[in-house]
Amino acid sequence: MSFVGRSLKRIEDRPLLMGQGAFAADCNWPGQLHMRVVRSPVAFGRILGIETEEAAALEGVVAIWTIADLDDLPPIDFRQMGLERLAPYRQFVLARDYVRYVGEPVAVVIAVDPYVAEDAADLVFCDVEELEPQLDATAEPMAFMPDVHPGLMSEPAVIRRGYGDLDAAFARAHRVVELEVKIGRHTGVPMETRGGLCVYDGDKDTFTLYGAAKVPHYNRDAISRMLGLAPGRLELSEGHVGGGFGIRGELYPEDVLVCAAALRLQRPVKWIEDRREHLLAANHSRDQVYRLKAAVDSSGFILGLKADFFTDQGAYVRTHGTTVTDLSAGLLPGPYVIPAYGVAGHIRLTNKTPAGTYRAPGRYESTFARERLIDAIAVELDLSPVEVRRVNLIGEAAMPFDRGFETLGTRVVYDSGKYADLLERVLAHLDYDRLQQQLAERRSGGELVGLGLGYFVEKSGLGPQDLVRMRLDMHGDIEIVTGVASVGQGVETALAQICAETLQVPIERIRVIHGQTDRIEIGFGAFASRVTVMAGSAVKIAAEALRASALEVAAKLLQTTPEVLRLSNGMIETVNGSASLLLGDVAAHLEQTGGLTGEGRFASSHMTYPYGIHAAQVRVDPATCAVTIERYVVAYDVGRAVNPMLIEGQIVGGVAQGVGGAFLEEFVYDENGQPLAASFADYLMPTCHEVPEVEVLLREDAPSPLNPLGVKGAGEGGINAAGAALAGAIDAAIQKPGAVAQLPITPGRLHAILRGGRS
Amino acid sequence: MPDKRDVTLAVNGKTYAVSIEPRRSLANVLRDDCGLTGTHLGCEHGVCGACTVLVNDKPVRSCLMFGVQAEGKTVRTVEGLADGETLHPLQQAFWENHGLQCGFCTPGFLMLAAGALQENPDMSDDDIKDVLSSNLCRCTGYQNIVKAVRLAAREMRARARA
Repeated sequence: MSFVGRSLKRIEDRPLLMGQGAFAADCNWPGQLHMRVVRSPVAFGRILGIETEEAAALEGVVAIWTIADLDDLPPIDFRQMGLERLAPYRQFVLARDYVRYVGEPVAVVIAVDPYVAEDAADLVFCDVEELEPQLDATAEPMAFMPDVHPGLMSEPAVIRRGYGDLDAAFARAHRVVELEVKIGRHTGVPMETRGGLCVYDGDKDTFTLYGAAKVPHYNRDAISRMLGLAPGRLELSEGHVGGGFGIRGELYPEDVLVCAAALRLQRPVKWIEDRREHLLAANHSRDQVYRLKAAVDSSGFILGLKADFFTDQGAYVRTHGTTVTDLSAGLLPGPYVIPAYGVAGHIRLTNKTPAGTYRAPGRYESTFARERLIDAIAVELDLSPVEVRRVNLIGEAAMPFDRGFETLGTRVVYDSGKYADLLERVLAHLDYDRLQQQLAERRSGGELVGLGLGYFVEKSGLGPQDLVRMRLDMHGDIEIVTGVASVGQGVETALAQICAETLQVPIERIRVIHGQTDRIEIGFGAFASRVTVMAGSAVKIAAEALRASALEVAAKLLQTTPEVLRLSNGMIETVNGSASLLLGDVAAHLEQTGGLTGEGRFASSHMTYPYGIHAAQVRVDPATCAVTIERYVVAYDVGRAVNPMLIEGQIVGGVAQGVGGAFLEEFVYDENGQPLAASFADYLMPTCHEVPEVEVLLREDAPSPLNPLGVKGAGEGGINAAGAALAGAIDAAIQKPGAVAQLPITPGRLHAILRGGRS
Repeated sequence: MPDKRDVTLAVNGKTYAVSIEPRRSLANVLRDDCGLTGTHLGCEHGVCGACTVLVNDKPVRSCLMFGVQAEGKTVRTVEGLADGETLHPLQQAFWENHGLQCGFCTPGFLMLAAGALQENPDMSDDDIKDVLSSNLCRCTGYQNIVKAVRLAAREMRARARA
C-alpha cells in the first residue's frame, strides 16, 4: 500500500481537538514564579535611571533586575548569516545605556503570581532622556548609540550580488524601465504568544526550558553559552507550538531571562507574554523599499537589472543577521533569465521593533517588486504581461540553473523546474483569453474588475543535515526521534507517512518525537521549509535500514532469504504467502541485542527550489474602496507531494497571510516612534470574510534531484506572490497601470489612487 | 495581595470550589484554578476568540469576563465537548477536513460553532461563515474550518432527525 501521496488525516490532531494540548502557557510546575518584563515607553533615548523601589516593596515580589544586575550576560548572537561588523548592533537581554524601541526590555520582575508581577512592573519607572528617533530606513544613516559607540552609524551592512555586464546591457537597451515600490511592516503573529517555563532540578543540578520552538538544539547551546552552563546542564523541550511563521522560536531576550532567573533563584520561573508585548517585542518583518531599473529589448526581455533596496531592520540586528536582505538579493531575479544583474541591499536600523524572518522572507517582498516591474515593462512596451513573463522565463533545458552567486551560504542553483509549462497550465486553467475578454466586458459595463499574476521561485530544504533514529517495539509500534521541530504544520504525519511507505505499517502505529534536546544529540529545527526535505529524507534512509535488518532477521527465522520476503500491514511474509511473521515478533527476537532499529542521516549543501504562480481576480468598489477577491488560484510545483491535503492547507494558510499583508496588516508608527498597531484592534488580520476560496493546482512535474524523495518544501509558496498578484489585479481593475506601488493597499491608499495619485 | 473570594463554578457538569481574586478573568480561572488548559488566551482583549467558552450555552470571550461573574452559571469548555473518547461531530469534522494546523485557535472555534449551532441548528452556510468571522486563525486560511463546521452542522441535523 502506498502512504506517500495520500491525503491522510493527521496523527497529531486528537489531543488538539480535545483541549489536551501542551502549549507553553499550559506548562506549570509546583512553586513556580512568574516573570514580567518592564518595557521601554519611548522609541529612542539615553537611560538616566530605572527606579524599582516602589515595585520591590509590593508583597509577592521576589526580585527585580536591570542590566546592572545581569551585567555578565553577553548580547544575543546571530544564529545564521552573521557578519563581524554586525556585532556591535546585537541586542542585550535588557537595555544598556540606551533604549532603541518602544517595547525594549529594560527590567524584569519576578513574583509569586503573574498578576502581582504585572502590578509591580507597572510601578517600575524608567527615566529616559528622549532623543529624536530614526523612523525612515531610506533616510541618511544616523548614529546608533552616539555616546557609547561614537561614529557607529545605522547602516550595519550593504549586501551586494551581481553578475554579467550591466553597462553593456543598458547600452543596448531598447527601453529602460524604472520603478520604486514599498512593502509595509508586518509579521507572522502566531495565535500563541511567546512563553516558556524554566525548571531547575536540584537532584541533577540541571535545567529544562519548556515551551521551546523552531530551533531547540541551537537555542540550548546559545543559552548555555550566554549563561555559562556546561553542556548537559540545560535541555529544551518543545510541546505544542501555536504557529511559527519564522518568528516564533528564535532566541529572544525573554528566553534567556527566564532561564537566567531560574538559574539564579533555583526555582521554576514562567513567562508568558501578552499580545501587546508580542506586537511590540517579537520580530517584525518585511518593510522594504525597492528601486529597480531594467534594461529591456523590444520583446520585453530583460537584458539587465539594477536594484537598490532598503530593509528596515528596526532597532537591533537579531538572530537572523543579514538573512532577510540576503534572501531578497538572492531571489529577486526569480524565474527569469536576466543575463546581467547588480543589487545592493541596504540594512538600515531604525527605532522600531527589531526585524527578522516571516514566512517567505525576502521573497514576498522581492516577488512584489519584480512582478510589479514585469507588469510595468508590459505597459511600457504595450505587450501582454503574460508575454513578457513568457519571454523571460528560464527554459527547461537550462536546468539545473546556476545563478552564479550564493544565498544563505549556499550556491543558488535552481535544481529543477518546468517554468513555461506551469504558466501554460495556469492560463489553461483560467481559460485566460476568454476570462480577460469577460473582464473587459464587465469593465465596459462599469465594473472595476481585473486579473493579476505573480510568478515566483521559492527555496526550501536548507541543510546542513538532519538525523533520525527509529525503533520498532515488540508490539509493532514505531518511535521516530528527530531533532527537527513542529510549529503546527503537520510534521508528525508527514514523517510518519514517509516511514510507513517503506515499512508498510499504518501511520497510527508511528509516534514522532521532535524538539527534545535530551532525546537526540543534534537537530536543526523547523524553518526555511526544510523539515520534509531534510528530516523526511533522513526518515526514509532510517526506515530502509530498519527494513533491511527486519528482513534479514525474518529470513533466518523463516529459514529463507530476504529476497523472497515483503512487508505488508505490520507483517513480513513470503511473496508466495506461505509463511509470515509480525514485525513486532522480529523486534521481540532482537530485544536482547539492541532491538529493531534504524538510523538515517541526510546532509545537503544545496537548497531545492519549488516554483509557482498566483493569479488573483478582484473587484473594486469605488465608493468604499473595498476590494473583493472574486477568484484566487495558486499553482505550485513541490516536486513530490507527501500529503496533498496538508500541502493545500499550507498554501491556503499562506494565501490568507499574503492577503493580510496586501490589504490589512501594517505596523504604523507616529512621528515619535510610538507604535500605533499594538493590539488586534489596530493590527488587522484577515478573518474568514477576507480570505477567498483558493483553487490549488498542486504539481509534481519537476521532482528535486537533490533528495531521495524528490520533494521540495511546501510551506511558503502560498504567501510568496500574494502581494504581487493582488497589486496587478487592482491595477487592471481600475485600469491604472502601475498604480499600486505600496503594500498594504488600504482603503485610504486606494482612495488616493482613485482620486488621481499613486499609492 | 487583593482579597480573594470563594466561588463555586459549574464547568462541564462538574463543580469547582475556588478561591479567587475578583479581578481574575474567567479564562485564567478555568486554566489556573480549574486546571482546564484547553481554553487558550490569544489576545486578552476580546478580538481573537481563542478563549471562547459557553456560559449558559452562549459563546463568551472568557478573557473579557471575570471568574466571579460565572458564579451560578453553567460553563462549557472544549474539554466537555467529546463524549468520553468519542469525538463531538464538530471535532470529528475538523479532524477529517484538516480544519486545524497548530491547533491553538481550535478550542475557540469549536466552542463558538458549538454554541452557535446549539442556538440555531439550521444556520445557512452564509450564517455559519458570518459567525466564524468573529474568531482568528493564522494557519489554515479558514477554508477548512468553514467547511468542517458546515459539514458538522449537516451531520448534527441528521442525527437530531434520526
